[in-house]
Amino acid sequence: MAMNPDKAGFIALTRFGYGPRGDGDLTAAASDPRGFLKAELAQPGIALLAGPSLPRTPIALQTLFADQVAKKAERDRLEKEKADMAAAAAAAPPAMMQAVATASMEKPGMEKPGTASMEAPRPQDMMQMPQPQKPPPPPSPEQAVFKAEATARLRRAVESRAGFAERLVAFWSNYFCVSANKSQFARITVGAFEREAIRPHVLGRFSDMLFAVESHPSMLHYLDNAQSIGPQSKAGIKSKRGLNENLAREIMELHTLGVGGGYSQDDVTSLARVLTGWTSVGANGKEGEAGAFFFNADTHEPGAQTLLGKTFPQDGMQQGEAVLIELARRPATAHFIAAKFARHFIADQPSDALIHRLAGVFQDTDGDLKALTFALVDSDEAWNTPLAKMRSPYEFLIAVHRATDHVPEDAGQILGPLNVMGMPLWAPPGPNGFADSVGAWASPEGMKLRLDLVAQYTAKMKDPPNPSDLLDALCGGAASNETRQAVAHAESRQQGLALLLMSPELQRR
Amino acid sequence: MSHLHDGARGSSILHPSRRLLLTGSGALFAWAHMPKFAHAAGARDPRFVVIVLRGALDGLSAVAPIGDPDYAGLHGPIALSLAGDHAALPLDSFFALNPAMPVFARLYAAKQAAVIHAVATGYRERSHFDGQDVLESGMPKPGFVQSGWLNRALEAMPKGERVSLKGGLGVGPATPLVLRGNAPVVGWAPQTLPAAGDDLAMRVMDLYRQADPHLAKVMGEGLDIDKIAMREMGEDTKPKGGADSVAGMRQAAQGAAKLMAAPDGPRIAALAFDGWDTHANEGGATGRLAQLLSGLDGAFEEFEKALGPQWNETAIIAITEFGRTAKVNGTTGTDHGTGTVAFLAGGAIKGGHVLADWPGLRPEQLYENRDLKPTTDLRAVLKGLLAEQFGLSEAVLKDRVFPETGGVKPMRGLIS
Repeated sequence: MAMNPDKAGFIALTRFGYGPRGDGDLTAAASDPRGFLKAELAQPGIALLAGPSLPRTPIALQTLFADQVAKKAERDRLEKEKADMAAAAAAAPPAMMQAVATASMEKPGMEKPGTASMEAPRPQDMMQMPQPQKPPPPPSPEQAVFKAEATARLRRAVESRAGFAERLVAFWSNYFCVSANKSQFARITVGAFEREAIRPHVLGRFSDMLFAVESHPSMLHYLDNAQSIGPQSKAGIKSKRGLNENLAREIMELHTLGVGGGYSQDDVTSLARVLTGWTSVGANGKEGEAGAFFFNADTHEPGAQTLLGKTFPQDGMQQGEAVLIELARRPATAHFIAAKFARHFIADQPSDALIHRLAGVFQDTDGDLKALTFALVDSDEAWNTPLAKMRSPYEFLIAVHRATDHVPEDAGQILGPLNVMGMPLWAPPGPNGFADSVGAWASPEGMKLRLDLVAQYTAKMKDPPNPSDLLDALCGGAASNETRQAVAHAESRQQGLALLLMSPELQRR
Repeated sequence: MSHLHDGARGSSILHPSRRLLLTGSGALFAWAHMPKFAHAAGARDPRFVVIVLRGALDGLSAVAPIGDPDYAGLHGPIALSLAGDHAALPLDSFFALNPAMPVFARLYAAKQAAVIHAVATGYRERSHFDGQDVLESGMPKPGFVQSGWLNRALEAMPKGERVSLKGGLGVGPATPLVLRGNAPVVGWAPQTLPAAGDDLAMRVMDLYRQADPHLAKVMGEGLDIDKIAMREMGEDTKPKGGADSVAGMRQAAQGAAKLMAAPDGPRIAALAFDGWDTHANEGGATGRLAQLLSGLDGAFEEFEKALGPQWNETAIIAITEFGRTAKVNGTTGTDHGTGTVAFLAGGAIKGGHVLADWPGLRPEQLYENRDLKPTTDLRAVLKGLLAEQFGLSEAVLKDRVFPETGGVKPMRGLIS
């Protein structure tokens, strides 16, 4: 690593973390970049996240179930009221009938039609005017929990020293993604899913993470396994319902072997049968704690299953556990993970040598993700490959907040821009997660949005620091002369900061 | 000198079409056989839109083969029918359209819309992501994601033509793969933010030109289209919904159409609508899929309205990576399948028919005993549209736009 020490420190913070914070971290990282990264990971529980506003999955789901019951009761009450009024109206004299009709036409909180004067704003103008009369309705439980989870995650990413552990969490969370957009169920559990199934294992064993993910209520719901029923199971024989192969396919295609990994349609269907019965307890709590994972023997397809040329004779849930362990140990899985890991941290087209080396470490250690991570940090490629990856919108916004020392009070400040930039938090377009390539994020519209966003962000800064000093603190000797000049010649502090945040040093990683 | 030489070589690799023009004879030969191009230099100014439906559309619920005796049994509770409150809209004596698409039905009756049924790309596995890569890259296999067929088609058009000067339009924060590549692409998406000042934009562009030419290229393209968008749409560009919502689909279509209608706007566009992966509770004439189809229907309507007179020269095709199982699954949805439909609409389309070599739905007629068997290659349809709309030659189509597809002949008679 014979390079400008600032450069090595900058790489440590940028390739592996969420970028420098300018609080002396560049100097700390520069003296021993590999040690700096490993030291962060050595802190006990570094990847865990907990807090009083972050409920366990069953508790979150019970809140949702209770809310659904309450809303249904309210709907029923209104229906009944309407029916009663209609009955009363039918029996009432004509004058009264009219009053009832008018009342039922009004929506709550709206002015009566006909009372607006000629000068009243047109409807589209009204939409944009602040409406102080009524406070907004309280957020629904899934929105409230989602926001609390998002706030905790964002604050952790902005505040952490290097952010390496958080980058690992984000990588694995995207690898095993669940989308909050699926339903209220998904939205209220997606944060807990990451805390319970991903975070405990990012430096642990892959097979443990795999099991935690595939048995989590959030994943079982997202990829429809919770409803899948073995056709020859007790419940299957009685009802007309049956298999859903969505989760089974994605486990092989996206979570383990990868698409060329040597499995067939028959293997997918076999795995779907193996996984029948993997579901979660419903609102009534009949089979256990409401909202918790449970194995339903009544919906599980009985008998041995053959998969990838092997027979799995186990009864019940052990069958699925055995298959997951088998899938985690396959060489195709090691290669698939090594390639994705290297592509994320090193380059869109990492060398075959690097992928091969990482896959070897994964296999030799039986999927020890800490060993895999350390092998990447120890590689030469990590330090001599140009920082040519493009930060995703999420990575970029976290880097901006770190660079400007701005810990978000509320997730909304970041969630809105993320939606605009096409990367809504925990809501990827499909189960393959968000894209991980330069081409996907360095798009014409995407770059223009970054510019508009940065212009707005810097214009709002109350007490902007000197941009040249900030550039020094963040990048030191790693900043290019072009960026240095552009920042120094800006016409205002805000503009200088905008140029700094738009510079390749902040866009690339 | 050697530096210059490298530069020149590099650019000819990046732009093979330029090399083709410079060598002369090939391009001249092509011109002689393209009557439409001679015309295009004058009045004709064709437009072409590709809508990618991500997640695999159930073609049997979008355009139902009501006349097939096995259909109702296979699609079970979600099968469409000509009776009842939400009766399907008959297209002919055999096929009926999902009732969520009244605009498409109207265009079809006016012979401005057509359906291709039992269609698929050459991809025969069932991974969404590989399927989409094949659909959009136009390559025979997954794993090639450097460029899309629409971009390569654009690149193959003679330089100086309006269509190639204006480049392609990618709608949404990220450009769909089908339009990525060497030919110039601009991007547009509904916008919530006030635009940055020109001075800042200029300075950032200066910095990128010196320090990061790739970022300079993409940022430049983003700033260019923004100017047209501001002129054509003013402030009316607040996002109304995501790419899987009815309002979001309409708005994306309307924005694209306004830009394409502008004299200096792009002539080719790609949009992507999400959410078609209906594994559970798919619904039939109403429900989740019907909701999505009504979004697509709304998009056709917005194109028709906002393109104005240019609608007559426009061809739109909506395509998806593959179909879904013919038989409904255990959770009232459908799993990943093979054959499906493609929707064609636009004033330039010779419409009013469903084109299908119907394979039948009996178990032995299904692909691998489970999916609608594809009998039409989607690439023949796409080649046919590119050939008739832009005069691209069969040789260009098989060598550059859809490599290794010599056996797939362009389908003729799609454009009026």
